[in-house]
Amino acid sequence: MARSRQLAPGVGRFSRSQAASRRGLYKGLKKSDKPAPTETPAFKEVTVGGDKNSGTRLVPTSKAPRFYPAEDVRQPKKSRKSPKPAKLRSTIVPGTVLILLAGRFRGKRVVFLKQLESGLLLVTGPYKINGVPLRRVNQAYVIATSTKVDLGEFKVDAKINDAYFAKPATKSSSAEAEFFEEGKPKAKEAFPEAKSADQKEVDKTVIAAVQKQENLAKYLKATFGLSKGQFPHQMVF
Amino acid sequence: MTDSTFKRFVEVGRVVLLKSGPSAGKIAVIAEIIDHNRAIIDGPTTGVPRQSFPYRHLTLTPIALTKLPRGAGSGVIRKQVEKEGTVAKWESSTWAKKRAAMEKRRSLNDFERFSVMVTKKQRRDVVRKTLAKAA
Repeated sequence: MARSRQLAPGVGRFSRSQAASRRGLYKGLKKSDKPAPTETPAFKEVTVGGDKNSGTRLVPTSKAPRFYPAEDVRQPKKSRKSPKPAKLRSTIVPGTVLILLAGRFRGKRVVFLKQLESGLLLVTGPYKINGVPLRRVNQAYVIATSTKVDLGEFKVDAKINDAYFAKPATKSSSAEAEFFEEGKPKAKEAFPEAKSADQKEVDKTVIAAVQKQENLAKYLKATFGLSKGQFPHQMVF
Repeated sequence: MTDSTFKRFVEVGRVVLLKSGPSAGKIAVIAEIIDHNRAIIDGPTTGVPRQSFPYRHLTLTPIALTKLPRGAGSGVIRKQVEKEGTVAKWESSTWAKKRAAMEKRRSLNDFERFSVMVTKKQRRDVVRKTLAKAA
């Protein structure tokens, strides 16, 4: 729609008739062909149990509220904003070495593989080099270095997506069973064979590319840290 | 008789290092002195446009062009600089080399900093081993 720019509060660039002309209102407003809303019946039939309760009853579909506030309270406006997945920084490209800043693997340098639909970044250590497995990581907690590993045309298998990392549904034990267990460490499930196979498959290409550059494997193995006189806003990454 | 403590003078032909502005870090030649605050500087070979520049934003270097007429234009300065090899003299000075080293150090990226650390360790190791053997 041709919006008329604001010159001062309440004063637009174009007058009402000029704005209407720019919008083409002389052609008439378009009527949208929305289907008529489906009519829901005011009362519905509900079966009632018990011998003396006449089987069925007519019950209103939506009940009137039990309570009305003494004064009309202001309802907050409904927000029209919806969260979208984070945009990938231009400096982060498949093969970029990232420095993780938070979480279990903070300080580790890892290789970026791809961005998942949720916006999180899929990274790998590689596992053999620094113990970081295929993992999701938030872009905000990452420093992108300018060092890149040449992965070529390598594409991570499409089965590794957000659903792959979902936690398996654990059977919640009852309070009695837990009481009898008396705080003994819960039996850990063995790491699934399929996941370690996926890890090895992805790491094969990455490690091959890492070996091509001198010192890069040592670099990924080492942890990042600041020393005296080093300030991140003054450093080049 | 001229036994002054001052060795570097503001004079026509003095090579100066610019401290601030868009051409900071580049060298230029004083073409003409305007007054006690400013001079006209020009650096045709180093990419400094001919302009008036205050002394406060200049550092004098020990290099000067020997033959430069007062108020020389950019073309004359360019010819003289090329003939005397002034830029090469500057680049080979310890001062310029230290500046270049500092700039390189500040511009290292994380991987380069790591590689420097590794090579320093290797050098240290070789030195230590030869020292231990010599002792």
